[in-house]
Amino acid sequence: MTHAGNNSGSYLDAPHGIASWLLTKDHKRIAILYLISITVFFMIGGLFAAGIRAELLTPAGDLFTADLYNKVFTLHGVVMIFFFLIPSIPATLGNFLVPIMCGAKDLAFPRINLLSWYLYLIGAMLTLGAVFMGGVDTGWTFYTPYSSMASNTNVTLAALGVFIAGFSSILTGFNFIVTVHRMRAPGLTWFRMPLFLWAMYATSLVMILGTPVVAITILLVGAERALGFAIFDPRVGGDPVLFQHLFWFYSHPAVYIMILPGMGVISELVAAVSRKQIFGYSVVAYSSLAIAIIGFLVWGHHMFVSSQSIYAGLVFSIITMIVAVPSAVKTFNWAATMYKGSITWESPTYWVIGFIGLFLVGGLTGLFLGAMGLDVHLHDTYFVVAHFHYIMVGGGVMGFLGGIHFWWPKMTGRTYPETAGKIAAILVFVGFNLTFFPQFVVGYLGMPRRYHAYPEEFQILNVMSTGGATVLGIGYLLIVTYLVASLFKPRNASANPWGATGLEWDIPSPPITLNFETEPIVTEDAYNYIGRAQKAREN
Amino acid sequence: MQSSFPLFPEAASSIASDVDLLYFFILAVSSFFAILVSAAVVYFAIKYRRRHPDEVGHDIHGSIVLELVWTVIPFVLAMVMFFWGADLYFRLARPPADSMEVFVVGKQWMWKVQHPEGVREINELHVPINRNVRITLGSEDVLHDYYIPAFRVKMDAVPGKLTTMWFKATKAGTYHIFCAEYCGTQHSGMIGQVIAMEEHDYEAWLAGGRTTGTAVENGERLFTQLACITCHKTDTSGRGPLLAGVFGSTVQLMDGRKVVADENYLRESIMNPQAKIVLGYQPIMPTFQGTVSEENLLQLIAYIKTLKAPAAAPAAGAPAAAGQPGRQ
Amino acid sequence: MLQHHFFNMGQQLEASVLGMWVFLVTEVMFFGGLFMAYILYRSMYPDAWLAGSHELNEMLGGINTVVLIFSSLTMALAVRAAQVGSWMGQVVNLILTIIFGTIFLVVKYFEYAAKFEHHLVPGPYFDPARDPAQQLYFSLYFMMTGIHALHMVVGIVLMLIILRMAWKGRFSAEYYGPVEVSGLYWHFVDIVWIFLFPLLYLIGKHH
Repeated sequence: MTHAGNNSGSYLDAPHGIASWLLTKDHKRIAILYLISITVFFMIGGLFAAGIRAELLTPAGDLFTADLYNKVFTLHGVVMIFFFLIPSIPATLGNFLVPIMCGAKDLAFPRINLLSWYLYLIGAMLTLGAVFMGGVDTGWTFYTPYSSMASNTNVTLAALGVFIAGFSSILTGFNFIVTVHRMRAPGLTWFRMPLFLWAMYATSLVMILGTPVVAITILLVGAERALGFAIFDPRVGGDPVLFQHLFWFYSHPAVYIMILPGMGVISELVAAVSRKQIFGYSVVAYSSLAIAIIGFLVWGHHMFVSSQSIYAGLVFSIITMIVAVPSAVKTFNWAATMYKGSITWESPTYWVIGFIGLFLVGGLTGLFLGAMGLDVHLHDTYFVVAHFHYIMVGGGVMGFLGGIHFWWPKMTGRTYPETAGKIAAILVFVGFNLTFFPQFVVGYLGMPRRYHAYPEEFQILNVMSTGGATVLGIGYLLIVTYLVASLFKPRNASANPWGATGLEWDIPSPPITLNFETEPIVTEDAYNYIGRAQKAREN
Repeated sequence: MQSSFPLFPEAASSIASDVDLLYFFILAVSSFFAILVSAAVVYFAIKYRRRHPDEVGHDIHGSIVLELVWTVIPFVLAMVMFFWGADLYFRLARPPADSMEVFVVGKQWMWKVQHPEGVREINELHVPINRNVRITLGSEDVLHDYYIPAFRVKMDAVPGKLTTMWFKATKAGTYHIFCAEYCGTQHSGMIGQVIAMEEHDYEAWLAGGRTTGTAVENGERLFTQLACITCHKTDTSGRGPLLAGVFGSTVQLMDGRKVVADENYLRESIMNPQAKIVLGYQPIMPTFQGTVSEENLLQLIAYIKTLKAPAAAPAAGAPAAAGQPGRQ
Repeated sequence: MLQHHFFNMGQQLEASVLGMWVFLVTEVMFFGGLFMAYILYRSMYPDAWLAGSHELNEMLGGINTVVLIFSSLTMALAVRAAQVGSWMGQVVNLILTIIFGTIFLVVKYFEYAAKFEHHLVPGPYFDPARDPAQQLYFSLYFMMTGIHALHMVVGIVLMLIILRMAWKGRFSAEYYGPVEVSGLYWHFVDIVWIFLFPLLYLIGKHH
């Protein structure tokens, strides 16, 4: 085993200089480039979120004009979804870990991987350009005919940004699928793969099947605006609801792009912090695929009150209820994995418990929305806002941060202060619940989303929410602070600080450029803690 | 209206308490599972905390029985929620036949209401309690959504088509109307109030309202003004199809399809007449897109709906009187 | 020829072929969105679709179909030539493929120009005497054939790159991956046209 200070050939050291980073084909460096970019966009999106919460402190629309508020929440959604959440885990942890977990030297197409990051940047810059030229006010959903006919903001530019960023996501998914199929090391059969790989594979399927549909949809809106075409225009008989079908055909599965990777991370973390084989490995693996596939058949549940046929609604509702089952099964399996484990109380455990708690609430509140008669009341209220934040932030971001805390020593070769890590996890958990739990209540009361001003009786709940958001924000800032600070300290991480299994823990921290000195050969199942302990005892 | 810090919305319609019941059922199931799993996770984390650094967990790989149990139980519960929710939804989606009708048009950023008696209001809706009220919704521009939380009802107003919703208010009072589908700058200003009144108060309110004729009378006037009457005559001699009795009937189209002439069919036939050509007629009708507002359109439809089919003999040789508008 | 991160040539070829198939799945979904809109609106407005289709020149469309089928043949021959290591076969067939592709685009240009002349381009200049729902048909016509033509342009650029590599004698029985992979792309673009042609040009032509 190689230890700290003994690996100057690491990917971080091999050629220095800006150009060596900007032109790198090393998946690990691209992961770092992505990590930096999405952190910047997370902060931009967070700033918009702070704006929203500040405005909603009082019932009157007094901080921003209505117009500005609409732009703020639109950009919060666009930035967070397309430029943070969708690339978050896949493009950072996924990019870093998929080849290593496969036992490969890189992804199948390193140049396309770099191209993906540049496309992301171009898309992000175009969208930021739209912000500087006055913003966009359509909401991140770009619903027609508002987006195609009524809005007089920079919809075309922002849509182009999202369109291009979509291709970066397609290319990432494409790379992962080929890598998992063709680059696995000898002995690494499908059912020996770490569950994170299964999750990334399922996510990639959604990326390559769903993203092109939203790309063409957004292109059609662009053609309506820029060329005067008529696709969704009701004046010539076009159907605005068709836009919603095409949009949600992608954007519902896109939710799984945001949550499946988080589930994959948690599967790794649960096993590692419990030092135990994951309970029901193959069930957890298959449930990822089930979620990815069934997730394509539920999009119409966003449209129960959109004038869609009530019989179509029936089909979408029942499939929605069915897709809840594999998520529930996963959660039970995680809990069961901890039974009779050897559970550490280091910081990753805090993230695991936090994730399970928030994901439970997020998933279960989905049942309220899947039940059609109830959704009529809840649709487009703060109940929905709270629900998807529990999934995408409670699930997605907690998973992302849990993964970052777990693999940070591997990625950077540095450790962060344990106490700070635990405090941050608690702050984020508490702050998150304070922010979003009141929104369930205010949603059931009937407060619609995207409201700049609201009736006075909703104020107290909104004040609670804003208070919680402050705690949440402090938690996030704390994390950024100690992680960045750790970079200025000498490399002190051992190759396997958690005593975890997995190919990534058998190589130095940080890894060398081509990951492995020799092609690894896999001879055991994933999470073989018992076997490893026996071997250690025999030695 | 309500206390300054409510935690639960008022239930003021016939369906509201049924929606709440489903809500509480799912809430109970969810709370049970959320608490069960969270408690288990925290309990395990404490009970099985690592005692010495080299310790590993027990050799447990899984259990088919457990997997089945926690697949089947959530599945069954989810199906209960599905059927319950679907049943409610179908009740919400199908207005009872005896409903009184109100037309609502969404327009950036206001709600325009027409009562059949001709009274109009903006951003307010007066309704009698204990009567089924069916709302026909249109939109002048972009998507809107008519949402009355106290009644637990909501429906999108979609440009290019008409949608419906219904409710029966059960408690007199004033309740919020919100636009729930984002529609631009003043989206959060597109709000109003439902005023549910006792039947006699409602009648008094109606009587006191200023009108410019009932919806049907306005429709009839438009029918003449727009010269619809020159082609859609009261007998079959016109260049356009006879409209008496058309509403609710099955229409044979030129391309072989048969469609039921509902409100959306009538709407499309006025705004986009080339879309569906009735068998035996030429596609000569001009579009009234841009000429007829959604409100006028609803009046025209109200009028056409009153045109009763001739007593017995279908189409040919209809008596002249049959074309006269009957009043409901 | 073997890139640094692959362990052997076989793995490299398998990866690039699978990669192209995955990419083509993405393309199918991309066009799929357009086909969904087409199916929905055609069922809503069959008359507008019929009338719109009558404005297209099925002669030119038919010629383009034949041209593309031939280009697929020459493409397949080029791949075969690479596999057996025939320099002449590769170069000739690639050049023919490029020529056929260019003919397709030239014909398409004349078709588009006619649409502009006849006020069939959706938007403010669309012939007001026509049923407005035909704007939906022509919007989809231009989007579908336009995006297809864009794919043809990309395909021709790709072929020029492959031609350059073939000219330098880069391909052999051991290394022909790039030819095979670009061939897959070319066939895909042809197949899209095979769907577009009847769907857009031949509506009601069986009467």
